[in-house]
Amino acid sequence: MPPADTTPSGLENNDIVIDVHGLTKRFGSRTVVNGLDMQVKRGEIFGFLGPNGSGKTTFIRMLCGLLLPDSGQGSCLGLDIRTQAAAIKPQVGYMAQRFSLYEDLTVRENLSFMARVYGLRQVRATVDATIERMGLQRYTNHLAGSLSGGWKQRLALGACTQHHPRLLLLDEPTAGVDPGARRDFWDEVHKLAGQGLTALISTHYMDEAERCHRLAYIAYGKLLAQGTTDQLVRNSGLSTWAVRSLHGDSEAVFRLSRELDSRPGVEQVVPVGVTLNVCGRDPDLLSALAVEHNQDFQWSRTETSLEMVFIDLMRNAEVN
Amino acid sequence: MKSFSWARFKAVVHKEFVQMRRDRLTFAMLIGIPLVQLVLFGYAINADPRHLPTAVLSADNSPYSRAVVAAMQNSDYFKVCEHASSREQVREMLLRGDVQFVITIPEQFGRDVVRGRRPVLLVEADATDPVATGGALKNLPQIIERGLEPLLQGPLEHLRRGPAPVTLRAHAEFNPEAETQYNIVPGLMGTILTLTLTMITSLAMTRERERGTMENLLTTPVRPLEVTTGKILPFVMVGYLQMFLILAASYLLFGVPMHGSVILLLALTVIFIGANLSVGVTISTMARNQLQAVQMSIFFFLPSLLLSGFMFPFRGMPQWAQYIGSILPLTHYLRLIRGILLKGNGLTESLYHAWPILLFWVLVVLLGLKSFRQTLD
Ligand SMILES: Nc1ncnc2c1ncn2[C@@H]1O[C@H](COP(=O)(O)OP(=O)(O)OP(=O)(O)O)[C@@H](O)[C@H]1O
Ligand SMILES: [Mg+2]
Repeated sequence: MPPADTTPSGLENNDIVIDVHGLTKRFGSRTVVNGLDMQVKRGEIFGFLGPNGSGKTTFIRMLCGLLLPDSGQGSCLGLDIRTQAAAIKPQVGYMAQRFSLYEDLTVRENLSFMARVYGLRQVRATVDATIERMGLQRYTNHLAGSLSGGWKQRLALGACTQHHPRLLLLDEPTAGVDPGARRDFWDEVHKLAGQGLTALISTHYMDEAERCHRLAYIAYGKLLAQGTTDQLVRNSGLSTWAVRSLHGDSEAVFRLSRELDSRPGVEQVVPVGVTLNVCGRDPDLLSALAVEHNQDFQWSRTETSLEMVFIDLMRNAEVN
Repeated sequence: MKSFSWARFKAVVHKEFVQMRRDRLTFAMLIGIPLVQLVLFGYAINADPRHLPTAVLSADNSPYSRAVVAAMQNSDYFKVCEHASSREQVREMLLRGDVQFVITIPEQFGRDVVRGRRPVLLVEADATDPVATGGALKNLPQIIERGLEPLLQGPLEHLRRGPAPVTLRAHAEFNPEAETQYNIVPGLMGTILTLTLTMITSLAMTRERERGTMENLLTTPVRPLEVTTGKILPFVMVGYLQMFLILAASYLLFGVPMHGSVILLLALTVIFIGANLSVGVTISTMARNQLQAVQMSIFFFLPSLLLSGFMFPFRGMPQWAQYIGSILPLTHYLRLIRGILLKGNGLTESLYHAWPILLFWVLVVLLGLKSFRQTLD
């Protein structure tokens, strides 16, 4: 695909919000992001996954002008990320992985500082609305530093969405947030996406990955796969069996898992409660195994999970 | 897009004030340091500087007057660097601080010595820094006597006995009682401003970087100039608050005279405060963490303290130290503030000391803007 022309006005190519080609970042001699190509469409919720240290944060930082790429090109909202960072910033809401609001300011002070810095009118009303929206009423006058981790995340999310950005860049926004709040958060993101906002969200949670429209998986700075959940599962070429002991013998299940691990054709063996999920690339080899162990165990085909796919991608990347 | 926004600037200023208010300890230190230092430094440090610049206004060209000048020159205490021609000229040199002493040799000096009339030799000393002039003045009578000795031979032998052949009249200008506190206390004002302003502003930006808040700040539309000026403004006010405290304390506790215009002093201090703040900001753009920032501020503060003429009389220092000293804003500010408070200097004399500070300021700002990183790498 030819590089999309980066029109300075930001008006054309309205449907592609993030468009990067060969984006590369090095720290010293280490290449942390390596020739990344990626497109994110308008209104899309794009999940960004990868093991620790794979370069997710670094990539997101380049998109919002915090780091300069060493090579490659990219545009955000039709604006060049190298030269037009100043024009990109007002339209983007960025939430850093580490809490980066002021711990010695109260919730309200933080929100109103952010509102003023983005040049919003009616700061008070905006801040009130944000407090309401994020359910922060009880903590309005608490110092941000004294909030628990999850409430800090909510505050940060509130602060970066106040100015009605067209693009949200969220770096692990729900790390340490309880399930109820995460549900609220994702509902909110979907609502905003419905209104045309685009979101790039990095996460380590599989359930969150499944709530994204599209996903990208990177490891060692390289993009290994991208697409919808279904596409990723299909393209992985993995098939999975759920194995259950017929006598409820959990020790036997454990012994079986040890044995299967070393058998050819078996890629992953994952105990999930009393069952064992076994996946591999070659369905025939797995069927043979099922026949071999069918006296004590019940074998049934099941869906391959995203987790299986990602771990498989990561292992293959390690080998290369 | 507008490059400087008042709204964003005000947001930064407001935030800084709130943070300053929250940080009680630092704020207490900002107020406490000046007062504690003022009391501690109220006592002078002794020193015996040499080669003090001296101007000679001679109305007599006899071997005797030349012998006096030569003896002073040879004594190490004085360095005769000017032969002035009028009273106005020497007055000017004293006011500007170009010379520490002015020796006035009256007409017919030689003839009067020979006739045993003990002519008056007028010595005017710039005693704003009494430590500097004390040693030289104490030794001056012997220096002159020894200088004239070789000439008082044969028939003049009798002049060597009895009272000294010359009447010395010393005037300690500007600080007649030679009170060291008078000198120390205004100096302290400059020192404290240097210490607190560079250190605190150097922390301002590194704190953002260290606490991770820089990451958030840099992704907002706020511009470097808005951040730096917005952070500086509250500390300019702190600087003035400190100055009022010291001025009031030095007036009430030590009775330091205020001969010149306090308004003029406050106005010119802007340059000095600005210079120090820009050093702080420059440090904070270079330092990786707060510890580094503190160390770099001290690296700047120590020479200021030692080489500016605050601790030791400027002219008592070796030449290389004087060169370094004259780069530092504090050196010039000390002269400026002593000039205004103790000598009653006006605008013109003060500007003479103000422009080196201004030059320093401009250079540091250029350096600071060059090293401001708008990204995290
Ligand atoms: N400023 C920096 N200087 C040097 N190396 C860095 C810098 N920032 C990141 N790195 C390195 O780059 C690599 C990628 O880091 P990055 O933070 O982008 O990973 P990540 O995918 O966000 O990881 P995580 O899931 O743990 O947040 C890491 O190995 C890290 O050590
Ligand atoms: Mg990260």
